[in-house]
Amino acid sequence: MMIQFKGVHKYLFGQHILKGIDLEIKSGETFVILGPTGTGKSVTLRHIVGLHVPDSGEVFVDGMDVGRLRGRRLEKLRSRFGVLFQSGALLNWMNIKDNVALPLREAKRLKEDLVEEKVENVLSTLGLREHWFKMPGEISGGMKKRAGLARAIVTDPELILYDEPTSGLDPIMSRKIDELIVSLKNRLHITSVVVTHDLISAFNIADRIALLNDGRVEECCSVEEFKKSENKYVREFIAAQTAGS
Amino acid sequence: MIIPYEQDYYPPSNNPVIYVGRSFLKVVRHAGRGLLMVFEAFLFLPLILRSRDEVARQMFLAGIKSFGVTTVVALFTGMILALQSGLILRDYGQEMRVGTLVTEAMCREMGPIMTALILSASVGSAIAAQLGTMAVSEEIAALEVMSINPVRFLVMPRLAAMMVMCPVLTIYTDFIGIVGGGAVASSQLNVSWGLYYENVLFMLGLKEIWIGILKSWVFAIIIVGISCYEGLSATKGAIGVGIATRSSVVISFLLVLISGYFLTRLFY
Repeated sequence: MMIQFKGVHKYLFGQHILKGIDLEIKSGETFVILGPTGTGKSVTLRHIVGLHVPDSGEVFVDGMDVGRLRGRRLEKLRSRFGVLFQSGALLNWMNIKDNVALPLREAKRLKEDLVEEKVENVLSTLGLREHWFKMPGEISGGMKKRAGLARAIVTDPELILYDEPTSGLDPIMSRKIDELIVSLKNRLHITSVVVTHDLISAFNIADRIALLNDGRVEECCSVEEFKKSENKYVREFIAAQTAGS
Repeated sequence: MIIPYEQDYYPPSNNPVIYVGRSFLKVVRHAGRGLLMVFEAFLFLPLILRSRDEVARQMFLAGIKSFGVTTVVALFTGMILALQSGLILRDYGQEMRVGTLVTEAMCREMGPIMTALILSASVGSAIAAQLGTMAVSEEIAALEVMSINPVRFLVMPRLAAMMVMCPVLTIYTDFIGIVGGGAVASSQLNVSWGLYYENVLFMLGLKEIWIGILKSWVFAIIIVGISCYEGLSATKGAIGVGIATRSSVVISFLLVLISGYFLTRLFY
């Protein structure tokens, strides 16, 4: 699934958040959007699923202009996505199992035995099988992220979007999440777009990295090129993260 | 997508004309979006069987959990009505008519309006807070991304549940209020239960009951529409949820009272 941003500008609450984003994300790659908080990373991600519409410019997913899609056509496109939200976004009146089963029951309308089978598989893969009965309020942040990830992949998506998958997690859990992202990519050969400000995580999982600065793409290249980049802002960002770790 | 993820923004202005104009446009825009959301929820009602578990859960929350507070409010409303009117009627030697008056007041006005006010304060505020929390914690966005329409999944079951439970609670409020009035009539005004009962039956017609139910349907739609819309359009974290909850109660109260007046004018 190929994604293209062409000169995307976005204003929110009177602020110019995206100032001409141009990006191309290739099918099958893990693309990381890096940057400090408030640079428009999550807003960029939300354009891909049509939660935001560009004020100018276009976002294409497999040749379809997402900003112009409505109703059934948008739903059909979204059914090919899985999204892991920053907080997990689990419905708090449902247990983990029902949360994971939600898109299969409500959107895909699968038969209950098939739903059970798929949910069991995904929960086992993510180490949540023994915790299926727990409510979102009873589990840790890491477990919430894994449950959110289980819900994102249970529909066998072609594209997974991760919004800050390691934020608020301890380093051990962060690396486990990284491993999960890499193993999902290797096993399912899906396109992944990851928004993060965690440089270690980005280096662990990315095929290519884009660094955002004040609503613009400062650098977009492979991990090796990124590490060797002479761009002043890239050097500053890497230095700041290395000093902080 | 009826509730936009991008809230309307206008740069601040000190010009009073611009301020009034923008406020008016904001009210009209919100009213329009709210009405469209309710209309969409009605369109989803044929799919009610798919959401039967959620409808049952909402009926329990909106109805069964409200019986306690409704009982107390209805009982004392009936008792106050009987006492106030009974004392005046006694000056004219007409205290035996207190049953007629209490029945008339409860079934026509007090029952539907008191029930609606209780439900907007308890159930409406809870709906706004729950949906508001879901909106600010990205759960509504998650539903959209999973191709699950939030109006079908969240608003329609609440609307259906409230349209069943609001009339049920209204009839219950009428009954308890009349019983409360009877208790005061027999203990404070020396009107026997038999005489009170006769007066109640004399006044109680099908028209009173049907109009009460019709009013409660309208109030149910107002309460669910306002509270769901306010909740779904909440932004800016906990503060936004607080604002949505308060707005839902204030606007529901106002619209229940205003529509109550116009419905009474329409039927009497």
